[in-house]
Amino acid sequence: MPKAPAGTLYRGREGMWSWVAHRITGVLIFFFLFAHVLDTALVRVSPSSYDSVIATYKNPIVNLMEVGLVAAVVFHALNGIRITLIDFWKSGPRFQRQMLYTEIVVWLVLVVPGAFFMLKHMFETLFGSAS
Amino acid sequence: MTVTDDLSTTAPAASGPTATAGRTVTLKIRRFDPEVSAKPLWKSYTVPFDPSDRLLDALHYVKWNLDGSLSFRRSCAHGVCGSDAMRINGSNRLACKVLVKDLGPEISIEPIKGLPVEKDLIVDMEPFFDAFRAVKPYLIAEGHEPTRERLQSAADRERFDDTTKCIMCAACTTSCPVFWNDGEYFGPAAMVAAHRFIFDSRDAGADERLEILNEREGVWRCRTTFNCSNACPRGIQVTKAIQEVKRALIFRRF
Repeated sequence: MPKAPAGTLYRGREGMWSWVAHRITGVLIFFFLFAHVLDTALVRVSPSSYDSVIATYKNPIVNLMEVGLVAAVVFHALNGIRITLIDFWKSGPRFQRQMLYTEIVVWLVLVVPGAFFMLKHMFETLFGSAS
Repeated sequence: MTVTDDLSTTAPAASGPTATAGRTVTLKIRRFDPEVSAKPLWKSYTVPFDPSDRLLDALHYVKWNLDGSLSFRRSCAHGVCGSDAMRINGSNRLACKVLVKDLGPEISIEPIKGLPVEKDLIVDMEPFFDAFRAVKPYLIAEGHEPTRERLQSAADRERFDDTTKCIMCAACTTSCPVFWNDGEYFGPAAMVAAHRFIFDSRDAGADERLEILNEREGVWRCRTTFNCSNACPRGIQVTKAIQEVKRALIFRRF
């Protein structure tokens, strides 16, 4: 039997896991913004070094990271609206679960087609035989 | 009468006492005894059970028949005293309110999280009670003392009915991720106690309590994870109560 000296993970429900996801996406977005402020500030130092930094972003791995960023931002934004409604709207706590499910549907509707168009160019240049 | 006939023919074979007597369940209990070892460890016990047995009955079986050193709190054993809150299969429940048959072949049992463990399933509840005392959970009245009861309409009583149900078992406070990481946080139970008086029409201490909960470690620390509402054995909508205190703080000045 596996020993778990630190105790088991608390088994929370939708509310807890949406909070965990909100934290994680928030931290990810913070790191992106940190890098983004630095690279954008570079344009005041020297436009040519700005260009060369931006050129390093033009590869498939950064493209995948961009998709991840969009997914994180969209979730964080939608869940932020949900949390605001839980605190401010009188019936917010009662409908927190329904709001989360709605949020996930909206998230899928936005992120799945978004990811398709964001990755289209990469797949065409990597594997495409056209042109 | 056909119903009775069916029962008389099938009952003894399928669901009589002999059919269930052989069923057992494994209790995986997180043991800790500072006099033996500084480290907690998991110990498993195999316990027979009936479909009507609550988890508390299974724990009694362990203590009375298998290992007398097991320690846990319980008093009334009927979900009223709030002594036996523990983490059962990962979430906070009262051992006297859950049935063994609903919990699966292996049940993990741990002390509630975020309070110092004293031995096995017993934790030091003092920090929890400190937070409770800090919100002044008693009637604060002003003016002359009336010569008869302080009357209240049914609607006014209904306003805070939900939060009167609290039995102070600490299942909510110790299910809260904010409380695990910040022992100074008042925690859901103290806010339930405050809510019960803040929205009581007979009470005059609402502003005082709202100021206390407006502090750094007050309601604004709540991250609405709803763990407290899910854990409450009395079905109190704890997160909603905290939200109502937040709303009172936001909207009272307008």
